[in-house]
Amino acid sequence: MIDEVGHYALVLALALAVMQMILPFWGARARDARLMALARPAALAQFAFVALSYAALTYAHVVSDFSLANVVENSHSTKPLIYKISGVWGNHEGSMMLWALILTLSGAAMAAFSRAIPPRLLADALSVQGCLGVAFLLFILLTSNPFARLSPAPMEGNDLNPILQDPGLAIHPPLLYLGYVGFSIVFSLAAGALIGGRIDAAFARFIRPWTLAAWCFLTLGIAMGSYWAYYTLGWGGFWFWDPVENASLLPWLSGTALLHCAAVMEKRDALKIWTIFLAILTFSLSLLGTFLVRSGVLTSVHSFASDPQRGLFILGILVLFIGGSLFLFMLRAPTLSQGGLFAPISREGALVVNNLLLTASCAAVFVGTLYPLALEAWNGDKISVGAPFFNLTFGPLFAPLALLMPIGQNLAWKRGDLLAALQRLWFAAACGLAAMLAFYAAQGAPVTAYVGAGVAIYLIVGAFVEIFNRIFPAGLRASKNVASRASGLPLSAWGTAIAHAGLGVTLLGLAASGWGAEKIVSMKTGEAYDVGPYQLSVVAMTAAPGPNYREAIAHMSVSRNGAVVAMIEPSKRFFTTRRMGVSQAGIVTLNFGQIYVSIAEQNDNGAVDARLYWKPLVSLIWLGALAMAFGGGLSLADRRLRVGVARRAARISGASAPAAG
Amino acid sequence: MGLRAFFLLVLLVLAPGALAPAFAVQPDEILADSQLEQRARNISAGLRCLVCQNQSIDDSDATLAKDLRVLVREHLQAGDSDEQIRKYLVARYGNFILLKPPFAWDTALLWLSPFVLLALGGAAILSHSRRKRSEKPAAPLSADESEKLKSLLGASGGDGH
Repeated sequence: MIDEVGHYALVLALALAVMQMILPFWGARARDARLMALARPAALAQFAFVALSYAALTYAHVVSDFSLANVVENSHSTKPLIYKISGVWGNHEGSMMLWALILTLSGAAMAAFSRAIPPRLLADALSVQGCLGVAFLLFILLTSNPFARLSPAPMEGNDLNPILQDPGLAIHPPLLYLGYVGFSIVFSLAAGALIGGRIDAAFARFIRPWTLAAWCFLTLGIAMGSYWAYYTLGWGGFWFWDPVENASLLPWLSGTALLHCAAVMEKRDALKIWTIFLAILTFSLSLLGTFLVRSGVLTSVHSFASDPQRGLFILGILVLFIGGSLFLFMLRAPTLSQGGLFAPISREGALVVNNLLLTASCAAVFVGTLYPLALEAWNGDKISVGAPFFNLTFGPLFAPLALLMPIGQNLAWKRGDLLAALQRLWFAAACGLAAMLAFYAAQGAPVTAYVGAGVAIYLIVGAFVEIFNRIFPAGLRASKNVASRASGLPLSAWGTAIAHAGLGVTLLGLAASGWGAEKIVSMKTGEAYDVGPYQLSVVAMTAAPGPNYREAIAHMSVSRNGAVVAMIEPSKRFFTTRRMGVSQAGIVTLNFGQIYVSIAEQNDNGAVDARLYWKPLVSLIWLGALAMAFGGGLSLADRRLRVGVARRAARISGASAPAAG
Repeated sequence: MGLRAFFLLVLLVLAPGALAPAFAVQPDEILADSQLEQRARNISAGLRCLVCQNQSIDDSDATLAKDLRVLVREHLQAGDSDEQIRKYLVARYGNFILLKPPFAWDTALLWLSPFVLLALGGAAILSHSRRKRSEKPAAPLSADESEKLKSLLGASGGDGH
């Protein structure tokens, strides 16, 4: 019964999406305010019905309703409750449901919180959002229905893939999708603005909170996914330039560019065309990622061709939305007026360079991801594009950003003074150089490690130089009213500084990997093995039963200079239903670095094969990403930039204009 | 299988099939000569595990990857250079085995396009800002022109009054 309610709610949501697509658009053309106003309730109701449908599917998973094929294939009655809930999106159909849920949530959020946006623009944007809803709800209902029944219903399910039975699955996909799909709001607003044809600096104000929010979630989602891979895979890698990872990095890079150029558009009314283009591009890359992941084209071009239904459907969605929006863009872009002028050496100029580098590095990832597919489809040649390629292309394109970021922050709008900016950065540069020397003296080579660490310190210190100069305009001692100046600084200034410093923190974590140590050994109980500055030894091996697996645990002690500093318990789990072994790495964090141990089966002679790692400062990689997202959140919380302020400002200027005239 | 399947899983494509736990280089594979072993690790890191996606044989737990790791070490012990070993493997498995695609006519676009885009973008921005700057300040009048202007103004002024 509940399954039918869920299925029916999904169909109703589709009907509402069709309404939301057609009526407001028509209303905007016919200048009918009532039709335009329909967009808002339609978007809210569409979300409500998709949420109902999603709740029904979750309920089926929680109570192990094995009459649904989706539950049978991905669940088991003994599976822990948290994985029954998160397992809903741990498969194709359910993850598309999550996609649709967040897409409609985005539409509802836009409808609920964008009262500042002019009604015609909002009507057109919600109509585009409705169009997206139609496409994805149709995709689910026609090709990936999670409510498909199985008769007769089996007594037990096949269980969820053990690798997915992890808290990572509960956190990573929702965050990632909130980022990925959150950019749909920005896309719809851009498309709506192109349809309406009126684009001014206020547009940047409308998209700013949504861009920031989606960007923060995407940052967190990528970082979470990377950490999940790190602790699950058992050898401590955290980024593999895998096409699926790249698919999430692409919208992040173009979203970062968008965030920065929207600031120029908002402040100076410049770079309008480029901002609109990035708004379209970012969500297009999200769609491309969905296509790559969902169509099976990555597995192989041939497997895509052999079962093309889903792939072709998403390809159709991709072509329709990317093609349609780019066509609109081509039509309208020449009619957009040029905005404010600025000198090449200025904040705007620096942000243009930022956009150029981000776009080029985005292109490197894009080409590296799609080229093997294109080449194979074209002449049948198979090539691999792996980490060495990205290190040689993405690396040099992204690295200059680290050096330029603090400089850009210290340039004035319109016309900046490069020499003055560099002078303000002397302290940051000195810190960076000192750190470089200190790291070299303490830890030695490799070059990438100590140079990278030095640049990272420069970046972290440099991120705060602008704030420092605003709080202490007359130097550290002579400045007065420091506290009121500090509290008077807009939150977005703190947000910028913290987010930029976050990138430095991540870079420091990456650079420090050069000083890591690795040991692959057959460990005998009681013997100590050196890894980095620590000694590890197996104290005991025990066996323990889990809810749907059995587990062999190695208890190891970690000691330094003879004193035990921590215990570490790597294990190996064996899942009985899928007859699969999964190794759980043992991880201990010490001074931001981590000792990482993964074990294999115990040998006949009682020894256990193990990989031992010492990874100095590795946790900074993800802490830096947290700082970036936190900085984004601070900017989002800035009162000046909240949704609604634009309208109040417009009202005030509207009221004062006649008086002035 | 490990990595490729894992990442497809991470973004939730469930490739059906079993995933073995990742356990790449095993203690019994390691060469006694640490220099030779380091070379073996470096070569392995650039070779793709053919049954995985974007995973090097150094990180892969697949049986095939293990066979290749052992093969690389055998060739190293026989005194082959790094380049010889790579050539040998490419002859057997094609360029697919190299994680760093070789620069050739059909991969030129792959290697160069990001940098071409950077150059084109940079050139576009430069020419744009130059055009804007040349547009902005109207050039001051030449002596002839100001003379002409004066006479025109003078003439019209004279006519008008």
